Amino acid sequence: MAEIVKRNKALSVNPLKASQPMGGSLACLGFDRAIPMLHGSQGCTAFAKVFFVRHFREPIPLQTTAMDQASSVLGADENVIEGIRAIAEKSNPALIAVLTTGLAETQGCDVHRNLREFRDKYPEYAHVAVVAVNTPDFTGCVESGFAATIYEIVKELVPNAEIAGTKPGNRKRQLNVLVSPMLTPGDLEALRDLIEQFNLRPVLVPDLSDSLDGSLTDDDFSPVTIGGTPVSELATLGEARASLIIGASLRKAGDLLQEKTGVPSHFFDHLYGLQANDALIATLAEISEQPVPQKIERQRAQLQDAMLDTHFMLGQLRVAIAGDPDQLNAFIHLVQGMGAEVVVAIAAGNAPVLATAPVDSIKIGDLEDLELMAKERKAQLLIGNSHAVASAERLGIPVLRAGFPLYDIIGGYQKTWIGYRGTRQALFDLANLVINFAHEEIEVYHSPYAQKPESERQTCSPSCH
Amino acid sequence: MKSTKDIAELLDEPACEHNKKEKSGCAKPKPGSAAGGCAFDGAQIALLPIADVAHIVHGPIACAGSSWDNRGTRSSGSELYRIGMTTDLTEQDVVMGRSEKRLFHAIKQAVESYNPPAVFIYNTCVPALVGDDINATCKSAAERWGVPVVPIDCAGFYGTKNLGNRIAGDAMVNHVIGTRDPDPLPLGTERPGITVHDVNLVGEYNIAGEFWHVLPLLDEMGLRVLCTLSGDARFREVQTMHKAEVNMMVCSKAMVNVARRLQQQYGTPWFEGSFYGITDTSQALRDFARVINDADLIERTEAIIAREENRIREALAPWKTRLKGKRVLLFTGGVKSWSVISALQDLGMVVVATGTKKSTEEDKARIRELMGEDTLMIEDGSPKALLKVVADYKADILIAGGRNMYTALKARIPFLDINQEREFGYEGYQGMLELVRQLALTLESPVWEAVRATPPWKTPKSLPSLAVEAAANDTTEQQVLQAVGV
Repeated sequence: MAEIVKRNKALSVNPLKASQPMGGSLACLGFDRAIPMLHGSQGCTAFAKVFFVRHFREPIPLQTTAMDQASSVLGADENVIEGIRAIAEKSNPALIAVLTTGLAETQGCDVHRNLREFRDKYPEYAHVAVVAVNTPDFTGCVESGFAATIYEIVKELVPNAEIAGTKPGNRKRQLNVLVSPMLTPGDLEALRDLIEQFNLRPVLVPDLSDSLDGSLTDDDFSPVTIGGTPVSELATLGEARASLIIGASLRKAGDLLQEKTGVPSHFFDHLYGLQANDALIATLAEISEQPVPQKIERQRAQLQDAMLDTHFMLGQLRVAIAGDPDQLNAFIHLVQGMGAEVVVAIAAGNAPVLATAPVDSIKIGDLEDLELMAKERKAQLLIGNSHAVASAERLGIPVLRAGFPLYDIIGGYQKTWIGYRGTRQALFDLANLVINFAHEEIEVYHSPYAQKPESERQTCSPSCH
Repeated sequence: MKSTKDIAELLDEPACEHNKKEKSGCAKPKPGSAAGGCAFDGAQIALLPIADVAHIVHGPIACAGSSWDNRGTRSSGSELYRIGMTTDLTEQDVVMGRSEKRLFHAIKQAVESYNPPAVFIYNTCVPALVGDDINATCKSAAERWGVPVVPIDCAGFYGTKNLGNRIAGDAMVNHVIGTRDPDPLPLGTERPGITVHDVNLVGEYNIAGEFWHVLPLLDEMGLRVLCTLSGDARFREVQTMHKAEVNMMVCSKAMVNVARRLQQQYGTPWFEGSFYGITDTSQALRDFARVINDADLIERTEAIIAREENRIREALAPWKTRLKGKRVLLFTGGVKSWSVISALQDLGMVVVATGTKKSTEEDKARIRELMGEDTLMIEDGSPKALLKVVADYKADILIAGGRNMYTALKARIPFLDINQEREFGYEGYQGMLELVRQLALTLESPVWEAVRATPPWKTPKSLPSLAVEAAANDTTEQQVLQAVGV
């Protein structure tokens, strides 16, 4: 059980956290023909766009309500309504997510009312799904903004079983999977593959592996996402056999999905490490009523072997980790499960899952906290996003890049961490970082009496030791 | 918060050519179909390169959280500017009105932890809206901690990035420039018969260190650069900018208000120029000598220009044969257009069209002069429109800002990044070599053919090969045309 240490300084230095609207945007970008619109000034969107472009190296659809001085003071209801209309008219999207920023929330916006007014005023766009989500950046982090948006999408776009007449299990092979932003497009591909090996048909919500996986399509340009979960698929979630909820941050959304549809939700805090994946595979075997395929058993055995090989490097390793709560918790479990010691754990924001993590304390903080505490507690390895690389350089220790954003490497978004295979590769990567780095060599000793060749003899007298 | 009057005054910039058109200032953005940054973005870009200052973003996390440490600008010493600092306001701060207090203590923390010569405070939307008085907070913090604290009131909703540039420039003239006289020239730098003249560069950001291609030449000419606003600058350099004999506005109208106000207040003449391309670099050096009007300097400058031009033309010769006749679609903001055009023409490339969305009438006139009357000038910078021009004008490469990079790549078109996030420096004579290398790297790459090819199993093998090829070519061409909406 971890003690949560709250922020105790006025200035945040080298921020770890990215904002809630970013998380909301990311959730929306996992749907097909979707576009997020941030309700704020133009810069909110411009910065978010650059951030995502640098991470994914893809064009990113993102719009703004472009609040200016007058609308910031006098009210920006028109900006929201006209913004939705302009996007619906120009780009004909399947989904628009209106996400508030600190500016709009401080001003006192009511985007849910704006959305109703839009529906009244422009019935011709009734076919365009629109959700409005409160995601001010003065609270939460990427993960909470993402979770709030998925919750809102389940609430607004997944029909109630009584009304729609959906029945759990009608689609015998369908498995709903809600996924937290800790899962990369690479993770999602691996997860889909695992599920399909049990002859189940996964519906990933959202599916960034289909929209931001970095593939070259036949379309030269699109103002909305190409690929992702089809919005129409949301109507079928109530017919599925079961739902998997990956990531503690999606607990509320998973509960709501079960409540609305009657489809049973199975919860997983994360999918890093042997135990977490055992739980997943056992659940899949149970749901599908099929034996675990040999290929997966083989991968499990490979992971076990890798755990033996790497425990020499990872055992007692002093690790410092910074990230959003779900991923932080996952890494703590992964490395402590290998005998390493998490000496510093920094979370971008607070979340209930943090209190359950098997460390003494977790600090809600920034990368300066990470750096200072890692130095004080003699960490030997950092795990964090690209911004943490500078910290690692100053500390003179290796860094494993994970989380958002990863802009100084290519293909970070495609890294696979989950499953037996992903875990195995993560352990190899960790071990390779420290294999010749963290362990301290014994200093060479030259005996003043030794009969070594002249060229190897020390110049100083025996007393200088 | 700045009043509407303050903002209107900043928008009404007499030295900006846009002012002389029927609609003055910058156009208002439309909800749901807007692109571009905000005033905070612009102010931060303009000043962040001042390397030894503690730059504190006063606001909730979104403003700093997704923007810190992402500029290509480089410093020759202090790296403090790369440390991201923000008050990271919480809901409690906003609701309980505690943000000013947090700012005050944040300044203390920055001063105590990093001991900077000055602290800059960037005000953002939320504190502007709740009415934080950052001028007063900065003033009392400066008195209390004994370090200059400069308020830069640049909330995003005030307006565009361009307005933010001006707000930043204004803050420098109001609070920093003129607060210190320049150091005496360092001992041992005097050269017999050479008078050293003090100059400034405004709007030079030292992207990827490119100004270091030019600075040695200025040194050789005997020009002491008091300050570049703001690439590789230090706070103590900005303080002395009022003492220059001439200011050069580099390649951008963004901080033209600084040059104009320095002329009004201190009588410093200024000229506009660019260091992109051989022609423009030489012109800029000549202009320095011309405005300073020192006969000896003029003579020495010509000698330097002749030497450098010869050297670089020789080095470029093998590249020119590889790039000659290649067709370029250039899409950059404003003044950069004409300056890059001349660089490309120096290489024998053909610029088929150029973006002029932010250009002034004067810029456009210069573009016509360079490219001829029937040049296509593109106002609509949407990805779709750009791709259409690429197809219509058979451009071989798109040169634009990083934002358009993935537009080009997704359409399988060679691309060169020309904006401030880029990693390569193109300034000066030496920068031309980097430019040609990068152009050739993408234009001559074998990947274009590979990514345009259809998979072999989609080409039926039983048909006579010629017919198949022709058919395949037809379809691809049609597909391209359809895709770009022709």
